Amino acid sequence: MAEPLLRLTGLRKHYGGLAVTDGVSLDVRPGEIHAVIGPNGAGKTTLIHEITGVVLPDSGRIDFAGRDITRLSLPRRARAGLARSFQITSIVAGFSALENVALAAQARDGSSFRFFRPAASERALNDAAMAALGEVGLGDRAAVPAGALSHGEKRALELAIALATQPRLLLLDEPLAGAGPEETERLVALLTRLKARYTILLVEHDMQAVFALADRISVLVYGRVIATGSVAEIRGNAEVRAAYLGEDDA
Amino acid sequence: MTTQLLLVQALNGLQLGILLFLVAAGLTLVFGVMDFINLAHGVQYMLGAYLGASLAAATGSFWWGLLLALPAALLAGLLLEVLVFRHLYVRDHLSQVLATFGVILFLNQGVKLVWGAAPLESPIPALLEGGVEIMPGLQYPLYRIAVLGAGIVTAGGLWWLVERTRAGMLVRAGATNAPMVSALGIDINRLFTMVFAFGAMLAGFAGVLAGPIFSVEPGMGDNVLILAFVVIVIGGIGSIRGAFIAALLVGLIDTLGKSLMPDLMRLFLDASSARQTGAALASMLVYVAMAAILAFRPAGLFPVRA
Amino acid sequence: MIRRNWLPLAVLAALALAPVAGFASSYETTLMARIMILAMAAVSLSFLVGGAGLASLGHAAAVGVGAYAVVVLDAQGVTEAAIVLPVAIVAAALFSLLTGAIAIRTSGVHFIMITLAFGQMAFFTASSLSAYGGDDGYTLYSRTEVAGARLLENRLAFHYIVLGALALTWAVCAMLLASRFGRVLRAARENAQRVEAIGLAPYPFRLTAYVIAGAIAGVAGVLLANATEFVSPAILSWQRSGELLFMVILGGIGRLWGAMLGAVVFVLLETWLAEITPHWRMIFGPLLVIAVLTMRNGLSGLVHRRHG
Repeated sequence: MAEPLLRLTGLRKHYGGLAVTDGVSLDVRPGEIHAVIGPNGAGKTTLIHEITGVVLPDSGRIDFAGRDITRLSLPRRARAGLARSFQITSIVAGFSALENVALAAQARDGSSFRFFRPAASERALNDAAMAALGEVGLGDRAAVPAGALSHGEKRALELAIALATQPRLLLLDEPLAGAGPEETERLVALLTRLKARYTILLVEHDMQAVFALADRISVLVYGRVIATGSVAEIRGNAEVRAAYLGEDDA
Repeated sequence: MTTQLLLVQALNGLQLGILLFLVAAGLTLVFGVMDFINLAHGVQYMLGAYLGASLAAATGSFWWGLLLALPAALLAGLLLEVLVFRHLYVRDHLSQVLATFGVILFLNQGVKLVWGAAPLESPIPALLEGGVEIMPGLQYPLYRIAVLGAGIVTAGGLWWLVERTRAGMLVRAGATNAPMVSALGIDINRLFTMVFAFGAMLAGFAGVLAGPIFSVEPGMGDNVLILAFVVIVIGGIGSIRGAFIAALLVGLIDTLGKSLMPDLMRLFLDASSARQTGAALASMLVYVAMAAILAFRPAGLFPVRA
Repeated sequence: MIRRNWLPLAVLAALALAPVAGFASSYETTLMARIMILAMAAVSLSFLVGGAGLASLGHAAAVGVGAYAVVVLDAQGVTEAAIVLPVAIVAAALFSLLTGAIAIRTSGVHFIMITLAFGQMAFFTASSLSAYGGDDGYTLYSRTEVAGARLLENRLAFHYIVLGALALTWAVCAMLLASRFGRVLRAARENAQRVEAIGLAPYPFRLTAYVIAGAIAGVAGVLLANATEFVSPAILSWQRSGELLFMVILGGIGRLWGAMLGAVVFVLLETWLAEITPHWRMIFGPLLVIAVLTMRNGLSGLVHRRHG
């Protein structure tokens, strides 16, 4: 079996007396979509913060692409190839869709300490940005101010931004949150297309989407991974069903 | 530098610190509760000094001056809140900075128009004239001791008010979580107005006390304002306790620095360059201390918001 | 380019033509020099505020460092621009680097207060320099020389040099904002989280912007010292910083040339009011309050709206 791209080992984070992640271990293999699900308060958000570097775990380690990134800063992790989308869409609203993605391409393409040439006239950046926009189906919306895009388009734009950094791993934090049924359908189709080319760690509430997309699923409850397995295994797992009892199984 | 001189300077430093605290307390509460940055807080200190001095002259008694100046300062604060500041709470900090800067220009000039550009006399009340022997052969002005005492009593009262009363509880809650307080059915706008007026009165009180020590002149609030900013930044914005400790710290550093630095420099330099370098370094000291503290604790010593 | 910027170009053209169109008296050129130099400082501040989101309330300190570089060198008998200018630029940049390194670690209102405090630090330091006049200031008996020539003593030459410096400042700041560097600044101003998530730390970009703006302010300081032939600590008082910030807001954040417009209106208004009454600040202060309360996008916003 291939060496995992991302490996979490015993991530532990306490706030006061409360263990929010209580020794989380899981790995993401190259090429797979690994979904993390769990009821509210399971520690998903904190887990994402630990992986992306917003908070440092009290103990445990994070290996990414064969390298210990547990203590790396946020931007360094991104440069190492860890791209993310946010639960609440995070784009530069005042920029056009194109400039949002071109900025990401620019971050990927060497130094941003260049002072003379207008960035908007850099063909290489614009081409890379257009390619990423095309990939998420926003090719014809490039000139629109990002703030004026629809909710679903903003989510897609965020994906394009992530893709433009040519990541090794996409970390998607509830990409379907707040999307209507039609938008959800479109985004799931988009993620299915991306699946062929990217390794994805997906945190998502929408079970239907998770079951449709994921290769493997880890279930997080009260800060612990109670089960990891294929879609079929997780669906059949008694402990998982128990954890979700009383939860609205959307 | 003798021990005696050192003691006198330390007392002067504490007393500056106390005055700074009285100004900073209002500033930090107003900022903590309303997220409102008020550059005009310094002119309220100045206004207090002018009102105190002129009312004392008119009534012939420092005490009447003090007694009348307090409600006058409160009223001035209320007036400014209603006319200007109230409209700024929802605006960004930059707008607040500029609009309150406009208020400073107006009041600094207004004071010149009413009282003239020359410093105003503010004599020490007869009761507190003279000195006290704090060490054998060492006299210290009674008035300054009284200021120190009055400041400490006020600080204690303020602590009691903020920590032990219902109004204080609301103010503290407002500083950490304003939406929650208004969700409790408290009229947050009225709370704002009260805190504001109260802060203005404290600054005015500091101004009255400072009158006989420093000169009462236009612009006297500006330097105090900036030191008060340093105080609340060091102390942690919104924290009364932080403001108290930081104010004493700033008062001591500033006063001791100004008297010790030139002497210290004489160890390395000749007399005249020592005086100059010492003075230059001393005036930087407070800011260097602020920078050092912020380098380790960017949110100040006692951050209110986690 | 020209259509979008017709107004600032018109302002620059008017300033260029003014001396030949009969506005060449000492009073008029002095007033114009003051406008242009303050505009230069304001444009560099606008680059910081509007471009990088760094609302500094200590920008006058960098101007002052530049002006005091002229004074200190003058006291040593050095008046050659080839030395004065680089020294002033390096001094102002270094001051900005040291203070910015700490200030930029904070954000929002902390940043405003800390820049204010560092500005005051510079002010008190200047006040305590008794060798250079202390509080009373220092009179320059001759202007900075250019390659040994007393070029700046010539009223017209000085006018056009200052005008050139202003135009250059505008061009450089606009170029920086459009570059890769500026794109990162602008993005981080709006959404620092997004910028970090794609692998860029905003701090070094912001600090660089802060240093560049400080260096430009330093040049403005050199010119201001030469224009007034007198430098006192008042040049770097926090009120000056407040005025610069007001010019930026008055002109409209987000448009560099707005600051130019703001400076023109500010200085003319100040001059006009000062002729009416010595208590002009009592009118000016409330005007400022009203301007803040009623105009959200500044003068350039008004122009922009009308011309769609």
